[in-house]
Amino acid sequence: MLFIVSIAVFLIFFLLPRIGGATADDLASRYVGKTADAAQIHNMAVHLGFTDPLYVQYGRFLSGIFVGTDYSTGPTTVHCPAPCLGYSFLQQTPVLPDLLDRFPVTLSLAVGGAIVWLAFGVSAGVISALRKGSIFDRTAMGIALAGVSLPIFFTGLLALNIFSYTLGWFPPGGSYTDFTANPAEWAYDLALPWLTLAFLNAAAYARLTRAGMLETMGEDFIRTARAKGLPESTVVIRHGLRAALTPITTIFGLDIGILLGSSILTEKTYSLNGLGQYALQAITQNDLPKVLGVTILAATFVIIANLVVDILYVVIDPRVRI
Amino acid sequence: MTEQWDPPRQRSFLEVNDLRVHFNTDDGVVKSVDGLSFKLERGKTLGIVGESGSGKSVSSMALMGLQRYAKAKMTGEIWLDGEELLSADDDHVRSLRGKKMAMIFQDPLSAMHPFYTVGQQIIEAYRIHHKVTKAVARKHAIEMLDRVGIPQPSSRVDDYPHQFSGGMRQRAMIAMALSCDPELLIADEPTTALDVTVQAQILDLIQDLQQEFGSAVIIITHDLGVVAEQADEVAIMYAGRIVEHAPVLAIFDRPLHPYTQGLFRSIPGISGRHDRLEAIPGQVPDLLRLPSGCTFRDRCPQAIADCAGVAPPLEEHAPGHRAACIRL
Repeated sequence: MLFIVSIAVFLIFFLLPRIGGATADDLASRYVGKTADAAQIHNMAVHLGFTDPLYVQYGRFLSGIFVGTDYSTGPTTVHCPAPCLGYSFLQQTPVLPDLLDRFPVTLSLAVGGAIVWLAFGVSAGVISALRKGSIFDRTAMGIALAGVSLPIFFTGLLALNIFSYTLGWFPPGGSYTDFTANPAEWAYDLALPWLTLAFLNAAAYARLTRAGMLETMGEDFIRTARAKGLPESTVVIRHGLRAALTPITTIFGLDIGILLGSSILTEKTYSLNGLGQYALQAITQNDLPKVLGVTILAATFVIIANLVVDILYVVIDPRVRI
Repeated sequence: MTEQWDPPRQRSFLEVNDLRVHFNTDDGVVKSVDGLSFKLERGKTLGIVGESGSGKSVSSMALMGLQRYAKAKMTGEIWLDGEELLSADDDHVRSLRGKKMAMIFQDPLSAMHPFYTVGQQIIEAYRIHHKVTKAVARKHAIEMLDRVGIPQPSSRVDDYPHQFSGGMRQRAMIAMALSCDPELLIADEPTTALDVTVQAQILDLIQDLQQEFGSAVIIITHDLGVVAEQADEVAIMYAGRIVEHAPVLAIFDRPLHPYTQGLFRSIPGISGRHDRLEAIPGQVPDLLRLPSGCTFRDRCPQAIADCAGVAPPLEEHAPGHRAACIRL
């Protein structure tokens, strides 16, 4: 799977521009940033091997990931240790350590937000389904519609303005304390981003849970469960919700996978130094190795998430076999 | 003048008096069950026969108290072992469900939860009414599976419903329903989803268990053959009312109500040559717009003008044989 991803990434970054008419020099110019002159660019092109056949380039790319590469820019040789996801010439550092540095931020944001939105979303969905048509249902679905429709930078900035700067209940954007340093501080700093993320996503999950529950609660086995004399709470949770869980789990897995790789908007809104911001900077700076590195990492997360979801399917539903 | 002393009438084990189950919908009131009355003793089997929409399933769900979840308007009386159920509170009826009265359903594959093993579901049914450990309940579950004729019960107890064949699955559901020794068993079309050969086995099983536990059984079906096999008494339902109620031999020997006669006529015979199947013309009436008077009059070959007047009461026309028709 990853192999296919690496080929895809490689082709997108190296082949498509060629098809589009770019020369080796044009490609190299992306690597040196905006301020190099023509000779430097051509030098770079040769040294980076863009003049070599495509399969050689790919081989070099792959081997770089496993054993590291040496980049020689004339007098100096820089070694990029394995696993080498790229070397940023602009910054003169390998890409991977930066990624690892920023990963905990994105991870904290994603996981914390996920727990909050799951808790709110699923419970709101269950209650809405049980009280279909009631005031709660209509209000909850209305809020859900707002959450799904409003972009995160709108809700985020609004939340920051009201809760952080005006009311002062939460710290301003840009605060982040490492979990290992101070867990309480960590949670407090991330509370507002989590709640904003939750507002956006809980909506989708509430609607999904509601639909799933409405369908499940009409099934025959619910009638059997009641006929056995089970209390309604057991019927709803152990029989109803359990059966409705499958689509929720799938979507959740995919959401986490995607969020880990690219929570650009949330991070930008709250000025958090995560992978999303990293990717944004890399793109605006035209720093291709960084972009490549982040893409591969993000793709890896999505693939792992997919795998986990597939396994979970089997755990949840015994009728499914791998 | 001396006063007559009437000893209090002994109620039957199950006595239903003028049960009405109405649903308020946006389109009007749906009168699913409109005046149901019958009695049933322990150890006896009542067969309720009717087409879809006759109210047979709705009435059995009402007996179990399951209509409370559907926000139905119920009037009348349901007496079970001397206790009136319609006026009892939800929690009390719930405590009786599964323990005093149990129900088995038509399609065991959809009626059992697909994500839990058969054992887990039987254990759950048992532990709700008995305070025992999981181990004790599991032993009981294995015993029940054995009792209903499932081979290798100690390993099958950990299988999921989809891993059983149709007949075995229905047996498993029967095991689940009987796990608490209910005194009333309601079987809603228990054999409709099964092969014919398996049907006979399941019916035999129900009969055996009835003799063993001494329970009262209500079998709901549209199949007159099943009724002939199992039932002591038969009640024919049409559009929410009983139109004929008699001992099984009497009803097969001499059906009185035109609807029952129509049902019997529509059974294809093996002997002789038949060109067309005999069907009762027309359709079951829309429960939102029932015809006045006798609800069957639009399809009845013996209908007269008076049939549109008052709904005919269920009256006895032969010993133990009641029918609702003014033409009798």
